[in-house]
Amino acid sequence: MKEKYDVIVIGAGPAGLSAALSASQNGADVLIVERENEPGGILKQCIHDGFGLHRYGEKLTGPEYAYRDIVHLEETGSDTAYSAFVLDISEQDEGWQVTLSMRSGLHTVWTKALILATGCRERTARQVFIHGDRPSGVYTAGTVQNFINLRGWMPAKRAVILGSGDIGLIMARRLSLEGAEVLGVYEAKNRPGGLMRNIAQCLEDFNIPLYLSKTVTRTIGKHRLEAVEIMDVDDDMEPVSGTAEIIPCDTLILSVGLIPENELAESIGIKLSDQTHGPLVDQNMETMKDGVFAAGNCVSVNDLADYVSENGITAGKAAASYVRQKQKRELIPVKKLNGIGVCVPQYIDKTSEPGNAVLYLRSDDDYRDREIRLESEGKILLTKKMKTIHSAEIIRLEADLSGIGAELEVKLI
Amino acid sequence: MKKMICIICPNGCELEADDEEHVTGNLCPRGRTFALQELKDPRRSVSTTCRTVFPDIPVVPVRTEQEIPKHLMKDTVRAISEIVIDRHMRIGETVAADILNTGVNVVLCTDRLKEVDHD
Repeated sequence: MKEKYDVIVIGAGPAGLSAALSASQNGADVLIVERENEPGGILKQCIHDGFGLHRYGEKLTGPEYAYRDIVHLEETGSDTAYSAFVLDISEQDEGWQVTLSMRSGLHTVWTKALILATGCRERTARQVFIHGDRPSGVYTAGTVQNFINLRGWMPAKRAVILGSGDIGLIMARRLSLEGAEVLGVYEAKNRPGGLMRNIAQCLEDFNIPLYLSKTVTRTIGKHRLEAVEIMDVDDDMEPVSGTAEIIPCDTLILSVGLIPENELAESIGIKLSDQTHGPLVDQNMETMKDGVFAAGNCVSVNDLADYVSENGITAGKAAASYVRQKQKRELIPVKKLNGIGVCVPQYIDKTSEPGNAVLYLRSDDDYRDREIRLESEGKILLTKKMKTIHSAEIIRLEADLSGIGAELEVKLI
Repeated sequence: MKKMICIICPNGCELEADDEEHVTGNLCPRGRTFALQELKDPRRSVSTTCRTVFPDIPVVPVRTEQEIPKHLMKDTVRAISEIVIDRHMRIGETVAADILNTGVNVVLCTDRLKEVDHD
């Protein structure tokens, strides 16, 4: 490890790996920092396939997908700091000083640009207001995935899964394949949270029932979980009295959402979005602080690792270009109108290649036969017809924004 | 007429297929191929783990190189759980050939066994 770098990337999951790779390929001297003892992030435990369909046109497992970036990054000769925890980042000499805690002690390194690729965390039982006892046997889906796929431990015989996000569905299949009985996947909303293909291949293939508008309201058991209480929920997501049923089980698995992890970003005053809980960014994944970039699930939780990597590639390239030549940005807000719930980026920088911007959208509801439209000062820049739009699925739009005026609107027609 | 969700890509098209090979609802040709295969011989790829003798890496991810008949998924996972890897192996190497006489090999999905310690 050296004392100074052009770019320091924090996090060696899919976003960080591709960001480091792309920054390095674009001429930057890069250090990638990871708190675990090896790269790959959550992909290490995502042993199911389906990764890489967009990026490589192949169906890879998580570890295979990560391997490609890891090998390519090694080939660039970039420095790596694994088992390294970032204690502090502070602004210094028109750059950033990063303090790392490592086995060899404390180290400080300085960098011209930063890329935050810190990923996200799972929501826990307390965050979804499950009351009752606190026995063992209540896990997040990611924890169970880590136990089974990395450690070879089998934590469940009779499991109930709360939440129908993709991780919950994938763990339902994994537990079934490993011989557990999965009693059902319960979803408080009136529609499933995960991709339709995962409902089909993870639940239907294994005859696992999916219960909508029902949630777990209580855990029961002294040492080990013995049962959960399930209740119907109304349109306001409130439990309906008189609907309680007790389901005997030894494990409750929570797949109830992911929260971008931005403690480091907040510590250096990066402005976060109230909606995504991640940094506000422009189309180059540069945050509202010049020279600080962010990519992947710390910006906004994605459904596909391919999009996370794409983010990283964009951020890496832009960080390398920032290091070569700082330019004053001219940021234009992206306005979300009719039906658009989330849009990343939230800003477009007019001064840098608005010719090929990628926008990631999420609708606020499910729709059929609509058109997504990008407009600037009444001029239509792009339209895309969509047969079905699921609010659970990200829509990726590649747009030529070179004709952009003083504002950009994105809407459903 | 059979309804199904296409599992080939994240689009998850809602397909309808009949015995006369009429397929509707697919956004791309892969959907048609999937639907016809699903009608006559549903197949899935299987990803699971198998054990190793290495204490730092007790299990490693493996997958079937091609798809296997859907009804053999659980038996395949059970058969793979009997395997114990006791040597250094590279990503993509065959862990088990012709699993359950399907003609399909099971391959290693990680390169972590390249140079792992025995104790």
